[in-house]
Amino acid sequence: MMAPAAPPPIVEFDRVSKHFGATPAVRAVSFAIQPGEVFALLGPSGCGKTTTLRLLAGFETPDADGGTIRLAGEVVNARRPYERRLGMVFQHYALFPHLSVERNVAFGLEQARRPADEIRRRVRAALELVRLEPDTFGPRRPDALSGGQRQRVALARALVLEPRLLLLDEPLGALDLQLRKEMQLELKRLNRELGITFVVVTHDQAEALVLADRIAVMGGGRLHQVGTPAEVYEQPRTRFVAGFLGEAVVLAGRAAWRPGGLGTVQRADGSAFTVATPAAPPADGEVEVALRPEWLDLVPPGQAPAGENALPATVEDVIYLGETLHVLARLADGSPARVALRNEGRPVPWRRGDAALLVWDPADGQVLVP
Amino acid sequence: MSARRRLLAWATAAPGRAGALLLAPGALVLVALVAIPLLIMAGTSLLERGTYGGVERALSGAAYARALEPLYLRILGRTAAYAVATTALCALVGFPMAWCIARAGRWRGALLFLVVLPFWTSALVRTYAMMFLLRDSGVVNTLLRALGGADRPLHLLYTPGAVLLGLVTTALPFMVLPLYATLERLDPALLEAAEVLGARPWARFARVILPLAAPGLAAGALLVFVPTLGALLVPDLMGGKTMLLGTLVQGQFGPARDWPFGSALSFVMMGLVLLGFLLRRGPGGVAAPAERVP
Repeated sequence: MMAPAAPPPIVEFDRVSKHFGATPAVRAVSFAIQPGEVFALLGPSGCGKTTTLRLLAGFETPDADGGTIRLAGEVVNARRPYERRLGMVFQHYALFPHLSVERNVAFGLEQARRPADEIRRRVRAALELVRLEPDTFGPRRPDALSGGQRQRVALARALVLEPRLLLLDEPLGALDLQLRKEMQLELKRLNRELGITFVVVTHDQAEALVLADRIAVMGGGRLHQVGTPAEVYEQPRTRFVAGFLGEAVVLAGRAAWRPGGLGTVQRADGSAFTVATPAAPPADGEVEVALRPEWLDLVPPGQAPAGENALPATVEDVIYLGETLHVLARLADGSPARVALRNEGRPVPWRRGDAALLVWDPADGQVLVP
Repeated sequence: MSARRRLLAWATAAPGRAGALLLAPGALVLVALVAIPLLIMAGTSLLERGTYGGVERALSGAAYARALEPLYLRILGRTAAYAVATTALCALVGFPMAWCIARAGRWRGALLFLVVLPFWTSALVRTYAMMFLLRDSGVVNTLLRALGGADRPLHLLYTPGAVLLGLVTTALPFMVLPLYATLERLDPALLEAAEVLGARPWARFARVILPLAAPGLAAGALLVFVPTLGALLVPDLMGGKTMLLGTLVQGQFGPARDWPFGSALSFVMMGLVLLGFLLRRGPGGVAAPAERVP
């Protein structure tokens, strides 16, 4: 049976590498972006996400033997940015300070030598699209605008050219919290209405989770995982991903796998727990298993539910967060575990120093690759 | 109360007094060394020449009448032409220089030092050094002859080209420094933004770099143009028979012993420059109003 023909990816990175001098910035990164999706490059500063975006925009070229970048199927390694037909919103917007809002938005159309009446019409439409009243804001200078308004002008300037791809470098980083939330929704609306593919670079995991259809998590120049927000959060592939997105409890031990069933992880302190054997299990030996705090629970000693893992632990602290309570516990071998409990309005049942059992469903554990 | 306390009390008693106090030293120097000499020259220009230099006590407009004779207007015009050419050449040479220095990363400091290095020597010495290079038996001609390129020396010195070369060399740092100051602040992201929007290199220069560098260019042009109008050393020593205003004025206070005429010439040139600036309020002052989509 034939699989339904998937649309060709709009962006393909095939083992792309980039060094600055002897320093590797991006190491053999491969991914594909589908038309119309919001794709986030997420990672801490220095992880290579910005270099990846700049490679895509054409400001950097891959190493001589550094793989290929394709835009809509065409290899663009040597194409200049002005030949790539894409839009970009810069981190600090990079609006031309000597030009009015209208002239900023008109810049690309003027470069393309469009007729004056077409420019006027499309500039108005672009400003209206980002909800800036053309007659009010058109004649203003960028320095007379607020941060949120500048952001909208930068969007209009990029979108007026109807690019096939819109690159956004930390688009919300310079805005305050309220404006951030507003612009997040605004970006999602534009993506839906225009059908343009968005590539967003961000170091903010919450932003990536809200905005993106798929997230690429980068660290140390490598691509650690690509997946939907739920995939990368619930099934982190590496310790880096588990730790960078949300909180993670990572338990180490020696694993013995049973294909199709539960493997056993023997811990150094003599305790053991079980975890679903991965589809392609690593060799028996040292593994790390990641758990999310909200998947864990604490019960009094001796009351472990049947079929669940249970490790002895000591309560060290209880943190009240409103919606949730976080209990910081320590396992017998000294490793820390954070347990998120829903706040049900009853007094917290745990005190510092209490002995407890850390319990969870064996199916929840995620085996990390080294 | 000590004098210092009294001064302090006076300065803070009314708004504006502290500012006046801070301006006072500079103002005194300017009055003593600029305003008073200018007044003396203005007076001199309206008197009659003394036979052995100096002036006779008799009012006369003769000096101005003479300054406006075609012969001298031609010299004024020629001087202005040299100043314009020098300014243009300095901009042409200085812009790429300033751009490269602004983008030179850690070499920036060293390169800027090289730009201001000529100020550490006397202008006279520099001018003589250029003469050593250019004269018939100078470095350039010796090299040419050694290479077999010329059997007779090339006459380089005492030509308009030599004057222009001297003027540009002398004035170049005054163009490079203000240009550097504006180009160094230019955000590279603006050029990248222009590039993504389809601007090729020339368009990026014309539509982004040049307009944003305009204040520096205007300041540099002013700093080059005005001193070049009154340049004395270079046209005198390297110019041979080409008479420029600086040499002409100097001659009036020296061998020609016509102080009123020398003063009048200076005021005519000053008047023309001021008129020029009043007529053309370009970039450098207030930024031009935002352009609108046509």
